[in-house]
Amino acid sequence: MKHVQSEIAHAGVSLADRKGVLGTLMLAPALAYIAALVAVPFFLAIGLSVSDATVGDPAIHHFVGLRNFVRVIHESAFHFGLRNSMIVTFATLILILVLATAESELLARDFRGKRLVQILLILPWAMPVSLAAVGWLWLLDSEFSPVDWLLRTAHLLGPGTLFGPANHLYYYGREWVGIGAIIAINVWRLLPFATIIVLAGRTSIPRDIFEQAEIDGAGFFRTLFHITLPALLPILTVAAMFTALLVFGDMTIAALTTRGGPGYTTQVLPYWAYLKGIEGGALSEGAAIALFLFPVLLVGAILALRFAYRTESA
Amino acid sequence: MATLELRGIKKRFGDFYAVDGVDLMIAEGEFLAILGPSGCGKTTLMRMIAGLEPPSAGEVLIGGVPVTHLPPRARNVSMVFQSYALYPHMSVAENIAFPLKARGVPKAERDTKVQWVVGLMGIEGLVKRKPGRLSGGEKQKVALARSLVRDPSLFIFDEPLSSLDAQVRAMARGELRQLHDRTGVTTVYVTHDQLEALGMGDRVAIMNRGQVRQLGTPQELYDDPADTFVAAFLGSPPMNLIERDNRIIGFRPEYLQPRVDGSLAQGALVFKVRIMQLEFLGSEWLIYGVLEDGGGENKLLAKVDQLVASKLRSGESRDFVVERSYLRLFDKTTGLRIAPSAAKLTQ
Repeated sequence: MKHVQSEIAHAGVSLADRKGVLGTLMLAPALAYIAALVAVPFFLAIGLSVSDATVGDPAIHHFVGLRNFVRVIHESAFHFGLRNSMIVTFATLILILVLATAESELLARDFRGKRLVQILLILPWAMPVSLAAVGWLWLLDSEFSPVDWLLRTAHLLGPGTLFGPANHLYYYGREWVGIGAIIAINVWRLLPFATIIVLAGRTSIPRDIFEQAEIDGAGFFRTLFHITLPALLPILTVAAMFTALLVFGDMTIAALTTRGGPGYTTQVLPYWAYLKGIEGGALSEGAAIALFLFPVLLVGAILALRFAYRTESA
Repeated sequence: MATLELRGIKKRFGDFYAVDGVDLMIAEGEFLAILGPSGCGKTTLMRMIAGLEPPSAGEVLIGGVPVTHLPPRARNVSMVFQSYALYPHMSVAENIAFPLKARGVPKAERDTKVQWVVGLMGIEGLVKRKPGRLSGGEKQKVALARSLVRDPSLFIFDEPLSSLDAQVRAMARGELRQLHDRTGVTTVYVTHDQLEALGMGDRVAIMNRGQVRQLGTPQELYDDPADTFVAAFLGSPPMNLIERDNRIIGFRPEYLQPRVDGSLAQGALVFKVRIMQLEFLGSEWLIYGVLEDGGGENKLLAKVDQLVASKLRSGESRDFVVERSYLRLFDKTTGLRIAPSAAKLTQ
């Protein structure tokens, strides 16, 4: 009898069997990681933005209130950056949502060569940023751009044509062409990600629903707008939110292509914050720029998520 | 309302013929049930009638018009899916109005029609609800209303009752048949449940391996199965099939009864049966037995009433009798029925 009891006691509870302990242990690394690499820099940035710290003297000594914010919003580079960040984010978002929906409609069907199309569509995502930058720099080069060559061959570019009279478009040297190029690269870069999200939503809609719509007499566009899109709405919201945040926070594309020029006309906020705070040494003002739209983004993200949950559960 | 005609319909997936040459003619206003085990091709056949799948060969005619290569919306067929396929983000009223909208029916007429069909199905209280808030039975009614609202030429049902509870199902069977009688729409009803097929169909087509094995009224199928597949598939429990004299003899369990002392009817067949088990079914008993004289592993089933069962014990051997008129003969190699005139029993 006694023997049996001790057997049970031995087989019994180790530390890892207690749910509370195990949970804490498993969560701890993730929490530490988030605290060290997200929370600390974030609060540090808030601290910096209300101080007079510079790269030469990065200590947060003096509280200067909102002086940095007031100062940065009076600069024309900031105005351009704000405008361009909004335009680039908004335009990318619209294009991505339309194209991702179109791609998911395509990939939800069976056709010959579907595997190949899948690979091609996913490829931009697998491409290293540096390699992609080289590709795009060459594609939109001021002298050797193959796009220019195609346009010239089609008699759309050059003296006396639609986009003429110059023989080149100088993508990174003109305000709106430059912004267009940044948008195009953003769309190219983020489309695979958005497509995967939307496709997951699309394939989770039961096939019966589409066949029923077919029987009920709905054509392609009626099915798309009355059946598919309403069903996709929650997942589209999620895709939109991720895309917006990724585009809005990105400085690499501007830095690798136009560098904000000519002048500040193609500047975007994150790149301007980097130039100002790190390259220019005005750490506190850089932090102020970077933090400028945080409240807007936060509210946007919360609203989008709440909306997604509500439509999901309704 | 229209006739439906299938001519030599085939559907091939790779090397496999899911439907292998089906000819059917369904009269105007008829209720035809297509019955078969899963994988027999009944769903594929139905999808080809609806236009969701193109046939590999053959022709589909609705109301005498060839529609083989027309999309579903040009066929004016309506269909109720097993899952009911209600549009989740639309209210019940919007769901029902959708087929009308898709056909460009003006709003005033749409509203009148929706009201009519909602009244017909008795779902006035549900029109504002979303499908997520409906019970299985309610969903089924909404799906029916949606398919009725546009006066279809042809109704197709894909196991519409299989997701309902057993109690609701019996009710729904009756309601569905009544609805058909009231509207008179030609109906194709696909099911694997023989109670539904026999109980609702004017005629039943039994399918196996992509072919229609027999087409007839429920009584014809039950009393005169065309082959051993139909004999063994229909009825619960199915027909007893016993090999004798290079033929297969079939008879229904309810016609196999213990021999009562006295005279034997002319030509009746006697089997010596060892009773293995007695099973209580409520109104009657099912007797599981093994044939003792025929040799081999021949198992037999008999359905007897309370009084008869009380005299039987498991483990004992008894003579069981079938009257001659209840015997059905099948060819041993092909499994096909041997015409009664050609059938001579050697005792």
